[in-house]
Amino acid sequence: MATPAKNPHGPQNEPDYLNVTKGLKSWLVTLDHKRIGVMYLVGIMIALVVGGAFALLLRTELWSPGKTIVAQDTYNQFFTLHGAVMVFLVIIPGIPAALGNIMMPIQLGAPDVAFPRLNLTSFYMWVAGALLLVGTIPFGGLDTGWTLYTPYSLESKTAVLVATSGVFRLGFSSIFTGLNFLVTIHKFRPQGMGWFQLPLNVWAMYATAIMQVLATPVLGITVLLLTVERFAHIGIFDPTLGGDPVLFQHFFWFYSHPAVYIMIIPGMGVASELITTFSHKPLFGYRFVAYSSVSLALLSFLVWGHHMFVSGQSRLANMVFSALTFTVGIPSAIKVFNWVATLYKGDIRLKTPMLYGLSFILLFTIGGLTGLFLAILSVDVHLHDTYFVVAHFHYVMMGSTLVAFLGGLHYWWPKFMGRMFNESVARACALGVFFGFNLTFLPQFVMGARGMPRRYWDYDPQFHIFHQLSTIGAFVLGISIFVSLVSLVASIKTGKIAPRNPWGGSSLEWQAPTPPPLYNFEKPPVLHELYNYDDLYEVEPDVWERRAPIETEHHRANELARAQGAVADHTGGATAKEHADAQIHARAEEVRAARDMMETSRGEPPVSTAVDAADAAKVAGAGENAPAEAAVKKAEDEEKKS
Amino acid sequence: MKRYVLALFVALCTWSVAHAQPAGSGAPVPPPPVQGADQSMNAGGSASPTAAPAAGSAATPGAGSPSTTKPGLAWYDELAAKPKDVSTNFWLPKSVNKVADESDHMFIACVALSAFFFLAIAIAVVYFVWKYRGMSMVRKIIPSPAHNDALEITWTVIPTIICVFLFYFGWRAYIEVVTPPQKAVEINVLAWRWAWEFKHENGVTDNNLHVPIGEPVRLVMTSKDVLHSFYIPVMRVKQDLVPRRYTYAWFEATKPGTYQMYCAEYCGTNHSQMKPAVVVHQAGMTTTWDDQNGHHSVVDRGYENYLNDKAAESTNMPPVDLGKMLYEKKGCNACHTIDGTPRVGPTWAQKDWGKQIQMSDGKTVTMDENYVRESILSPLAKARPGYPPSMPSFEGQLKEKELAGLIAYIKSLKQ
Repeated sequence: MATPAKNPHGPQNEPDYLNVTKGLKSWLVTLDHKRIGVMYLVGIMIALVVGGAFALLLRTELWSPGKTIVAQDTYNQFFTLHGAVMVFLVIIPGIPAALGNIMMPIQLGAPDVAFPRLNLTSFYMWVAGALLLVGTIPFGGLDTGWTLYTPYSLESKTAVLVATSGVFRLGFSSIFTGLNFLVTIHKFRPQGMGWFQLPLNVWAMYATAIMQVLATPVLGITVLLLTVERFAHIGIFDPTLGGDPVLFQHFFWFYSHPAVYIMIIPGMGVASELITTFSHKPLFGYRFVAYSSVSLALLSFLVWGHHMFVSGQSRLANMVFSALTFTVGIPSAIKVFNWVATLYKGDIRLKTPMLYGLSFILLFTIGGLTGLFLAILSVDVHLHDTYFVVAHFHYVMMGSTLVAFLGGLHYWWPKFMGRMFNESVARACALGVFFGFNLTFLPQFVMGARGMPRRYWDYDPQFHIFHQLSTIGAFVLGISIFVSLVSLVASIKTGKIAPRNPWGGSSLEWQAPTPPPLYNFEKPPVLHELYNYDDLYEVEPDVWERRAPIETEHHRANELARAQGAVADHTGGATAKEHADAQIHARAEEVRAARDMMETSRGEPPVSTAVDAADAAKVAGAGENAPAEAAVKKAEDEEKKS
Repeated sequence: MKRYVLALFVALCTWSVAHAQPAGSGAPVPPPPVQGADQSMNAGGSASPTAAPAAGSAATPGAGSPSTTKPGLAWYDELAAKPKDVSTNFWLPKSVNKVADESDHMFIACVALSAFFFLAIAIAVVYFVWKYRGMSMVRKIIPSPAHNDALEITWTVIPTIICVFLFYFGWRAYIEVVTPPQKAVEINVLAWRWAWEFKHENGVTDNNLHVPIGEPVRLVMTSKDVLHSFYIPVMRVKQDLVPRRYTYAWFEATKPGTYQMYCAEYCGTNHSQMKPAVVVHQAGMTTTWDDQNGHHSVVDRGYENYLNDKAAESTNMPPVDLGKMLYEKKGCNACHTIDGTPRVGPTWAQKDWGKQIQMSDGKTVTMDENYVRESILSPLAKARPGYPPSMPSFEGQLKEKELAGLIAYIKSLKQ
């Protein structure tokens, strides 16, 4: 790992976490959550490239009916490994274990996660699982589909045992991360940070952790049973030994449906952060969004049967599962409406992460709405196991989760790597991802509705054009993702030095030095009201600071215009009174923010706050700003008292 | 803005319903006696530019190729070999099942609903982003509330109500689609890697599904090895087949023709080649079908005649011809070739008849009638090197005469 040069925005009295110790060994045995997160990130990026390569290979094979480049068996291995690598190695750990590991403790203002050793164990479990899963290739590959349905997986001549032992380890990796995050979020919140002062990303991590801890053991048990049955021929799932092959589907989906939410809820959390930051506005309906994460986590345990509407499951079960499935639509809808409402009257900046954030809203909307089709019993009978399903879950897993992952990666990259990436390249890639993705998967909806079954090496000529569009889209998508990753990695050497707060984010990680020191903060962070953007200003391009309002010429002219009732740029047809009210409201907010800043700062050293406020006052011009002065005075009083 | 959204929604609904009409109202009308020509016009012209007579793939001989190239086929096999009817009403294949209309209406309603919500959200996103995009370094202060309980409860309750309706109608249509009437033609379906066998009430078996028009058909299905799934897109019917258990499906065909059936549950190597034809026979009369060029005609003598002719077929065939027919009908061709190239199993065009052949356990066996018989009835007893032991047993599925036919056919292929 290349280490960036000393960053002036980094910690002043100690080295940052990238430079605190040197050498490969210092990384491999580190207990620092950021370094573990970065190692996860490297692993996940490699897995993403591998899984993506399988995707492009299988799309190439589907360019024409019959054989294009490989025969049936090879194609079957391509889609199996694509699915297994992407699900188990990329999407499930992507946001929680990589981005979450790096950022969640900093967002809490905590020095590390609760169990750093468990965190490192989780990473090595992931590595072991990943090696075994990819290690199936020299041992004969894997051709069961990532779902490992019995009895096929009991009879397959491929390396099923290697794969199940890999999945078993990956399950433990996921459980360890979840356990760690649960305890961290419960116990490591600073004084004054209640549950409803948690950033929504942390809420999402919490909901995800609940599912990881409760659902993943079932996956472990299931693959263990499968292993035992293949090994010792005990009749559990094998009908010839008296077992029940459909039982496997129940077990598998009891994990794998919550797993869908293990994948998507962190994406929703990241998207919430992106949208609030780049709208420069608190997230609309914070509590509804927070509750909807938790309710999704709980409801996700009750809907596994909707994967089995045509499996031979009883009609009563089908009816109940269909009804329950609709309930997960509601929290999802609430979230989408709240994200859109957040944009309303925001101050929207279309930086790269926001492009991903907006893509997320649109793609998740399509993914969610097409889920309705599959929840309707009568319609699902036709659409089940067709390309419609393939397109639907790619909109949710890839279009939503992976897009959120890329958005989050670009959003936090300057913070944890200390470098800005090339904005134009990244924006072009974000657009490429959006259009490439839609070109890949929109035709698959049409194909699926017309009856194209999934996991087909060969297809009928009427589907040819859709497959070709899809293949072209896949290449646009693949190249865009690859270039964006390369551009990010290149920025470690070539990027501009990143400031503390390049995007105007309001949560605690933006108070930390860039890159953060070993324990994240040099001085305890100042707690603000959550998502309070009132005193955040872009003092120069891509540098945001909390300070009292700046009285620039432009600003004064603007306010004067408003006071006189002129139509100021984008306020539409608002009246003079509204402008005046707005001004009064804004002033009140500023005063309150300054007061809050004092009151909610962590008890220990008020020095920092006083210094901050004094700095702010200096910049604003002494004497011009009453609230700031008052704040400084109050802080100094407090200092004397202590 | 609301007005436009509403107008767009109405337009979309009308458009969708207009497209849905042919499926809904067109299906039950009895078709004209001769209709092959306009049917294939549909197939080629309407939605799929490449839909013209299927070139087919190497592994499914005849499945999609024009019937004219196969002289000597029985009339029902010619029907099965006809190009499949793939006409669609943009979203869905045109329905041929009497009870599928309600589920199609649900689909179209859901398309309209999704389009409405997606467009509303997309327009809101684009509009807000455009209107409130940041333009200067100094933030303009436009306060707006951070939450609004009334609004949030509204957009919780509305989706809930919509979901209740979607669930109810979907469930109602589903019950109809899965509950067969008391009196129905029963067909037993057996699937294995990678072929289907349909057994009719008079004991006739075939690898294509032949059904009468206007009568409910109930399928009693099971699998010999792994999971398969019975899927006929035009019937909107799908049901998994589970080994050692029976599952059921039913439909009532409304339009004569040849349609595509698929295996929809992944089952290994030739999963994508497990796709027989579904032939819906005209009721009780003889009809002439033209192919798309009009110079060859296929005769449909009806389902009753199919059962009789098919039953008579195997009784007066020379053994080699019987073997050749079974080679295709029983799905032997999914794994064994007759051109000398190895596939999943060894080719039948061998040079070894009467000679010693090597087994994977090192022993040698004479390739003769007994060896072939054993290989068909208990395939796992002996394994040849280089081939996976994945062949299912045909014990109880072949009559003595049919076994003899297969053996004679393999013998005849010696090179």
